[in-house]
Amino acid sequence: MRLEYFQMIDEVTVLDRASNRLEARSTVPTESTVFEGHFPGYPLMPGVLLIETMAQASGYLVLAHNGFSRMPFLAGVKQGKLRTFVEPGTELMITATLTHDGSGFSVTEAEIAVQGKRVCDAALTFKTMAFPSPDLEAMMRRQADEIGLSGSVD
Amino acid sequence: MDSTFDKVADIIAETCELPRETITPESHAIDDLGIDSLDFLDIVFAIDKQFGIKIPLESWTEEVNSGNAAAEDYFVLKNLCARIDELVAAKG
Repeated sequence: MRLEYFQMIDEVTVLDRASNRLEARSTVPTESTVFEGHFPGYPLMPGVLLIETMAQASGYLVLAHNGFSRMPFLAGVKQGKLRTFVEPGTELMITATLTHDGSGFSVTEAEIAVQGKRVCDAALTFKTMAFPSPDLEAMMRRQADEIGLSGSVD
Repeated sequence: MDSTFDKVADIIAETCELPRETITPESHAIDDLGIDSLDFLDIVFAIDKQFGIKIPLESWTEEVNSGNAAAEDYFVLKNLCARIDELVAAKG
């Protein structure tokens, strides 16, 4: 997990196509400039970055579902709950489930657990569209390869 | 049993927090009700789920943008409901 580069997923551990479900793991870094401001003397993983982590796990699931033909962009966060403080060095288990594949949009439910306990969850809506830039598509494919998703994509 | 319009109007009222009585079959979702694109995605999501269909929102948008259809054909609620009924019938 590299907070400054918005690289929130370390590894995809499960891609279950039958149930449209993805599991991933990621470890919050022990050091980051983010913690200099959030917060001095009391470093915490920002809640918005936990939501971003759920969004990225969901996004990779949507990409796997559509065969990297369309890029998902986060458009809505519903019922977002940040239940517990998350400290540097914490290992996160992220789960995303595709609940609806609409025309031009997708909806997921996602959560993050720490040592089996749910720390946050939300229902996420994504607008999906053709990749607006070949650079973006190349980066998404490269990152998917790095986190172990590509081998699972048809 | 509620009509397609009643179900759609209930969805719009709840999603957009609009007074139910302001929503009529003649209402234009955008021009009259002021529904923006994100709220419309939520409405389509709820309609897809309730009716068990997949509204072809992208192809509708392309038809309107290319001039092959009028926005009213899809965004005036009585017409939207007619399209929903067609999709439900096609589903069998």
